[in-house]
Amino acid sequence: MTAAPTPDVLRAPLVVEFPFTRSLGPVQSAFLTGLRERVVLGVKTADGRVMVPPAEYDPVTAEEIRDLVEVGATGTVTTWAWNADPRPQQPLATPFAWVLVRLDGADTALLHALDAPGPEAVRSGMRVRIRWAAERTGAITDIACFEPYEDEHGDPHEGEAAPAGQPHDGVFEDAVTGIVAEARLDYVYSPGRAQTAYINGLAERRTIGERCPSCHKVYVPPRGACPTCGVATTDRVEVGPAGTVTTYCIVNIKARNLDIEVPYVYAHIALDGAGLALHGRIGGIPYDQVRMGLRVEPVWTEGGSHPDHYRPTGEPDADYDVYKELI
Amino acid sequence: MARARASREVAVVAFAQSDHLRRTDELSEVEMVMPVLHRVLAQTGLKAGEIGFTCSGSSDYLAGRAFSFTMTLDGVGAWPPISESHVEMDGAWALYEAWVKIQTGEADTALVYAYGKSSPGSVRDVLTRQLDPYYVAPLWPDSVALAALQAQALIDAGETDEEALAAIGARSRADATGNPHAQLSGAVPQGDYQVRPLRTGDCPPIGDGAAAVILAAGDTARALCARPAWITGIDHRIEAHSLGLRDLTDSPSTRLAAERAGVFDAPVDTAELHAPFSAQEVVLRKALGLGDAVRVNPSGGALAANPVMAAGLIRIGEAAARIHRGESDRAVAHATSGPCLQQNLVAVLEGERA
Repeated sequence: MTAAPTPDVLRAPLVVEFPFTRSLGPVQSAFLTGLRERVVLGVKTADGRVMVPPAEYDPVTAEEIRDLVEVGATGTVTTWAWNADPRPQQPLATPFAWVLVRLDGADTALLHALDAPGPEAVRSGMRVRIRWAAERTGAITDIACFEPYEDEHGDPHEGEAAPAGQPHDGVFEDAVTGIVAEARLDYVYSPGRAQTAYINGLAERRTIGERCPSCHKVYVPPRGACPTCGVATTDRVEVGPAGTVTTYCIVNIKARNLDIEVPYVYAHIALDGAGLALHGRIGGIPYDQVRMGLRVEPVWTEGGSHPDHYRPTGEPDADYDVYKELI
Repeated sequence: MARARASREVAVVAFAQSDHLRRTDELSEVEMVMPVLHRVLAQTGLKAGEIGFTCSGSSDYLAGRAFSFTMTLDGVGAWPPISESHVEMDGAWALYEAWVKIQTGEADTALVYAYGKSSPGSVRDVLTRQLDPYYVAPLWPDSVALAALQAQALIDAGETDEEALAAIGARSRADATGNPHAQLSGAVPQGDYQVRPLRTGDCPPIGDGAAAVILAAGDTARALCARPAWITGIDHRIEAHSLGLRDLTDSPSTRLAAERAGVFDAPVDTAELHAPFSAQEVVLRKALGLGDAVRVNPSGGALAANPVMAAGLIRIGEAAARIHRGESDRAVAHATSGPCLQQNLVAVLEGERA
């Protein structure tokens, strides 16, 4: 037993990806399907304001709103921010401005990117128009970005039809009813002091627990704190390698990507010297002969970072009284 | 107007926080939180098992792992079972839940803690995942970009300029020299544009940290603390979801929460404002009607240390600590969550006059 030295911290990449599939309500469906067809729809609130992008409920009264109207593909920047160093998943890879744009015929603003040569070419009040993505699927990214819509004197271009502001039935062929909101976040995971020591121990095929200085229970694997006493577990203790099956179950359903034949036994194993049981698979014995009190030891495979399974040691079974507190 | 006033007297009786650091790789979350929990308990002499209710604030997205908050429960001695809850928000909202729990009479004391480790991921990218998933999140506008849109709106409205924003950052970091826990203090270069018009000095440091507060009711509070910081009002409000629907130069939700918490009933001498970006202080000062006589963010505020999910709770803790020390008689504490001051919590803290 020694006081824990500060280990070199372990680090590993951790990637979290989630392709959330989201269904759309009638208003969102009409809006995103409209973008696919290069039509921008807003929704009219009871007090006559046109919201773009549209919501299904009035943010003030919470009343349901369904009245769709078509607005322009041109609009006015209400505020902006110059993004000189775009991050990987943002709409443009070259420096651009984030903008809130009030489209012609709308009373609220839409967030998107503005492709402009530099911050000196952007100002609040400037006129912009939608640049459509070449391939459109029914998503906010069907708007590739906005682009300036005025000449070098800052005067708006003439010639495009003014926005109709006309009611729209929101009906399109093959309406988009859902989106997949894909996301990926990259982390570097560090397990902290206690778990680093545990993992480093496993690399030497040793199982390291930590003892609570207050209640003296030995936690395996250790997480650095005693959940009963709420204090740091500071003393490292090597436990096992052998242990006792405290309880078990027989698994009859094969998990996907698992190359273990069913049925097999999954058990709680109290390693000798540990104050609680850990999980492990039992092998080297027919599944229907596994029992509470069975004495087992870890089996390591070449290059394994943890025991592959536990097998009987051949010792006599442990008395129930020895492990009953650990079930 | 009905006020969010207490039917029971509840006070902040203790506050502790970690040193806020850019990285804490050598510590797991519970290892980072535990010393703070021990310190806040030691201030009152209470043991973990004597606390009536425990509530925490944190976010799985910062850790990149589901149910990450359950691991930190080991640090409060959660066996045998305790009365406990968690909010996936800043710890200020965990404090609100604890305040409600005490109001119901189900607890006389509460331990509130919050923590955030931003170092494992890119917090600018991580925070995009709290945005509207249909129209906004697919564009990945990061937290600095959205704050910059708000800053430009304020500049366009003539309410501030880049020089005034730089002065807010400079004042915050100068004040933080008196705060041993701050991540940034003293003279900090204003730096280059991060997302124009915001420069490095207008943005909060990215870091890891934790904080904890103990609440107590009535005579329990008086027994635990020489000068309790009584929460005489607390309320929280949210803006409409869509950024393009809002007037980004104003914070009506802060103003409404402040009205209901009773901020405007009498002058305050101290304001701890959760303004991670310099321009947000301009918005909050206006919403709360703070004059020049009010001491704003004497701790240095979020521009000196902004452990995500704990920085709002720290504002309440810092305001309370000033009352504990006799440096304030009536303080307002504010916490925010979400982009561009989306959600706002306001509390009034008062010390008994001698």
